Amino acid sequence: MNTSTEQIMPNVVLTCLTTTKFKTGCLSVNLLTPLCREAASRNALIPMVLCRGTATLPDMAAISSKLDSLYGARIKPVVRKKGEIQVTGLYADFADDAFIPGGSLIVEQMSALMSEMLLMPRTHGGLLFREYVESEREKLLEQIRGRINEKRAYSMQRLCELMCAMEAYATDRLGSETEAENISATELTRHFHDILASSPIEIFYCGSVEPKRVKAALQSAFASLPRSNVEIDLGTDIRMNSLESAPRRFEEEMQVTQGKLAIGFRLGECMEDPNTAAIRVFNAVYGGGVTSKLFMNVREKLSLCYFASSSADLHKGILAVSSGIEFDKYDAALSEILAQLEAVKRGEFSESELLAAKSAVASDYRTVEDSPAALEDFYLNQALIGPDCSPLELAALAEDIKAEEVTAIAKGVECDAIYFLRGQKEAG
Amino acid sequence: MQTRHFDKIDETLITEVLPNGLSINIIPKPAFSKGFAMFAANYGGADRRFKLAGEWINTPAGVAHYLEHKMFDMPDGNALNVLSSNGASPNAFTSSGMTAYHFESTCGFNDNLRTLLNFVSTPYFTPESVAKEQGIIGQEIRMVEDSPGYVVYNNLLRCLYALNPVRDSVAGTVESIAEITDKTLYHCHKVFYNPSNMTLSVVGNVDPQAVLEMAREMLPPEPGELPERDYGGKESELPCETRALAAMEVSAPQFLFGLKLNPEKSGTPRLRQMLIGEIALRLLIGPSSPFYTRSYAAGLLNSGFEYEFDYTAGTAMLLAGGESRDVDGVMSELRSEMDKISSDGLDPLLFENSKKSLFGSQLRALGSFSALAQALSEGAFADFCPLDAFEEIENISLGDVRSFITENISPERVALSVITPLT
Repeated sequence: MNTSTEQIMPNVVLTCLTTTKFKTGCLSVNLLTPLCREAASRNALIPMVLCRGTATLPDMAAISSKLDSLYGARIKPVVRKKGEIQVTGLYADFADDAFIPGGSLIVEQMSALMSEMLLMPRTHGGLLFREYVESEREKLLEQIRGRINEKRAYSMQRLCELMCAMEAYATDRLGSETEAENISATELTRHFHDILASSPIEIFYCGSVEPKRVKAALQSAFASLPRSNVEIDLGTDIRMNSLESAPRRFEEEMQVTQGKLAIGFRLGECMEDPNTAAIRVFNAVYGGGVTSKLFMNVREKLSLCYFASSSADLHKGILAVSSGIEFDKYDAALSEILAQLEAVKRGEFSESELLAAKSAVASDYRTVEDSPAALEDFYLNQALIGPDCSPLELAALAEDIKAEEVTAIAKGVECDAIYFLRGQKEAG
Repeated sequence: MQTRHFDKIDETLITEVLPNGLSINIIPKPAFSKGFAMFAANYGGADRRFKLAGEWINTPAGVAHYLEHKMFDMPDGNALNVLSSNGASPNAFTSSGMTAYHFESTCGFNDNLRTLLNFVSTPYFTPESVAKEQGIIGQEIRMVEDSPGYVVYNNLLRCLYALNPVRDSVAGTVESIAEITDKTLYHCHKVFYNPSNMTLSVVGNVDPQAVLEMAREMLPPEPGELPERDYGGKESELPCETRALAAMEVSAPQFLFGLKLNPEKSGTPRLRQMLIGEIALRLLIGPSSPFYTRSYAAGLLNSGFEYEFDYTAGTAMLLAGGESRDVDGVMSELRSEMDKISSDGLDPLLFENSKKSLFGSQLRALGSFSALAQALSEGAFADFCPLDAFEEIENISLGDVRSFITENISPERVALSVITPLT
């Protein structure tokens, strides 16, 4: 696999991952904007509206029919939260030319279609088509309200909102109901023009076509892309310590049969100069998989829960633990989850636990190379926070991590907030 | 050993059936980092009543799933741990018709495969270890009870099927699993985990010869008896209930509708039925269909609307659902679309595009090793090869799809399950 990165227009960077190993390729166009409460819903809504209709393909039926005729190509709106950067745009995947009967210059066709969505959306009187804005706004609201449907994800999101209440990070990738409710076609059009001109743009291609041809296709398709000279301040504020001396505790009730415990930590000192592979290995030792402390002890040894696992957000420097428990196991589960972190801090993990963690992390990195979607996300992360290594290089680094490095990371970790979603008490 | 090359998609399939009855399918992909292996038993949550050596045996709901949890226990440790420590990502699942154990790894593939074949073919249960699992599975059952997606599905199956045990939850209930002992598990393992009732599917950067040799070496040499299963007798074409309602903590109504059809049991007819059914669904309710684009524009559906054509435990069903503020509105659109198709026929352009689009989505599925291994496993149990789909799609005519719709799809055969928000 060959990787090449090049600025193809002012503030527009194209990364090409050239390989013949996949049967489907991908192309994504991503606008980078600062994550903030006021604009998050508008940013999220834009790609959704763009996918509804263009000047020449005025409705979904026309777009879908075009995509079907390109052998089931897909273009989806994507909204991602990467630390305190909101990434919105379009993600396309499509059959590689080699497997389309007759071959069909699909990269050129997809570039043209995506640029038409971004640069020539369906409009009326100079505004984004009102009916689409209103219809997608309702769907966005449905999605935002629908967050309560999956209780595990919901509990993790509430933890993030409460723990980081004073930080931009508290904002959800889709924004909030209050912000979304008030979006009008006029306002959205103005905002769209702003961010289209001023946002840095990251474009990724993964497939068999050589970078020169991809670049030519994009430069021709996006020739009329507006570019302004406004400097956008992009970045994530990393808080090193917990807010108060003891972890803040939050509790909410819902009609559920299983409680959801979510615990948030600041990764702390290791974020000064983050060693990505080492932090991933630390997370794997503590709660990343079935050989981790959390799985082995909280689930297997004490049968306190069905799941207990941790994940680290390296953009923001946060570690979060999620667990599903009986309501009355709250104290027992919480103290065991915290006790296991203390054990890692004291270096109480065996050579074989460390080895398992290292190989799990290395293997995760290696498998990134096996999927266009995983590669796309990997290189987007790399563009935002580095490090400048391939997945295979990171795999090799992970295999070299020493116990002391894991312990050193653990020692800096501080519990900041504890959230519990419990069942409703009997109405009395 | 048989090797087939599929020119259109540039894939090679290596197949062998061992003397003990185990069928093995391997798709080598040397350009990739990982290898994926799935060792599956033709045994799922619906296989509760079966005949062995002339005698009918009844087992409690949830045994197949319970067994899946306990199979990882080995006399000298836990297989999840052994595999994970060796760099693999192992997991397992139980559906109504299948139990599958799988792992993915980027190094030490052969060692991991040895562990997989070993632990799945070695039952090791103690009364204590079986009792301990009650708590964990009890939590799992509770967890899914809070999941609207699970509840809406389970309620729909109870509407569709009057007799077939697919209508019951795969994991059983807290009460039914309380009846399970180490003896139940030993017995069901003996019956269903014999090589003749299993299949091994491997995809990725692997040495096919080594895979075949290991399977020959590790597994019992003798074929086993294939148990006869009782799925409760013949079902009517119509659902036993047309509607199920439940209220949960959700933001908007969640719905799933479905209908059952007569499954082609095996071989090319089965593969063709799957593909024709897929195209019929695309025409009727797919992303480009008038039903979907109209309902989406009217605010009745959002992009979470999904559909599938599913075969399990002697059944075949079409399922579709998502979220809607007006489920009755969706159902009325659906009925009028069915009427329109039966009076005006199918749109030929939409049909040609659906074939292309199905080709593309099958091509995309070749990139997911787990999906591919699962398709190979299902194919092994029903005697078809999923890679034949790429040739077979070409042979499907508008007439095939028309007859499929006429024979199988009509408003009175549809059942609906809805979860409404709590008031």
